[in-house]
Amino acid sequence: MMMSIMERLFRKRNDTASVAKERLQIVLAHERAGRTAPDFLPLLQKELLSVVAKYLEVEDEMIKITLEKAGEVSVLEINVELDKARIRKALPIAEKKPDETKKAAAGV
Amino acid sequence: MSKVITITSGKGGVGKTTTSAAFATGLAQRGNKTVVIDFDVGLRNLDLIMGVERRVVFDFINVINGDANLNQALIKDKRVDNLYIFPTSQTRDKDALSKEGVARVINELRDNFDYIICDSPAGIEHGALTALYHADAAIIVTNPEVSSVRDSDRILGMLASKSRRAEENEAPVDEYLLLTRYSPERVERGEMLSIEDVQEILSVPLIGVIPESEAVLKASNTGMPVILDTESTAGIAYGDAVARFLGEQREMRFLKAQKKSLLRTLFGKA
Repeated sequence: MMMSIMERLFRKRNDTASVAKERLQIVLAHERAGRTAPDFLPLLQKELLSVVAKYLEVEDEMIKITLEKAGEVSVLEINVELDKARIRKALPIAEKKPDETKKAAAGV
Repeated sequence: MSKVITITSGKGGVGKTTTSAAFATGLAQRGNKTVVIDFDVGLRNLDLIMGVERRVVFDFINVINGDANLNQALIKDKRVDNLYIFPTSQTRDKDALSKEGVARVINELRDNFDYIICDSPAGIEHGALTALYHADAAIIVTNPEVSSVRDSDRILGMLASKSRRAEENEAPVDEYLLLTRYSPERVERGEMLSIEDVQEILSVPLIGVIPESEAVLKASNTGMPVILDTESTAGIAYGDAVARFLGEQREMRFLKAQKKSLLRTLFGKA
């Protein structure tokens, strides 16, 4: 009997269930957003990184891609952090074989 | 029309096999020809929960590989008519479940049974995905606890994207939430997520609430599906859940904390 009166008095402090609910709602909102993102994003990130890496010395975490939906509009945002990146000394353009350059010029 | 029902959860130890055994038994008791399949290859346990561990001769993998036919592998329950147990292999690994092989077996079962209950392994890998692939309906077994609710959400995502119905653009899998190990006392004290909390987070229709009950361990000790223990709260709650699944209206029971009377306190009877 004593116990239950005490519990009632301290109910707010002991209410861990509402903490659980709040934490779940936040983490699941995040995970569900990740789940519905199109599959191509990681691949796009990888390819963009490899292109950027041809010219600049970049690390994986320096490129960030997000796809956000606001109403009817989707925005693809690509952020490349260049502060710490150094320009590569040997640029790939110089190494290109002649036929590849031709293809690029023709827009293929 | 034959129906495949997958019992799944993501998280382990929440009561998938207990639920599979109870649901299969309940459906068979109501005159439906029912088979319950163990998809947990390598960690066979449905046989123990159903009390048929000494009658296993051939298993799921033997049938997939063509070493035995269905009739040789299916074990007929001795307590309930219309109920069959399809055990899995104890020795192979989970990759032994080939997509074509499982599809062939499920289709053969569809021709012969009203309900096919698939007892999924834990996790979200090959075994669990194979168990949910053919589902027409899924029962998501969830404990009112953060990791279980999160994993249930993951599994719901899988059902929506990786099931056969999703792949073939058919009507989506019917999803039902089954809360297990529910303790109204702890919910009232603010120590456990309530039914409303879990439903609000997962937004899946509730098929039943199974209270925390000593009867579940007692039933597994003796290899008897807990639904056959009609004296226990868990057994009765499973009976209600099966009835609701078949379209009956039944009120949820055992959701209020038991007031401890003086006699109960004195004699310690729970």
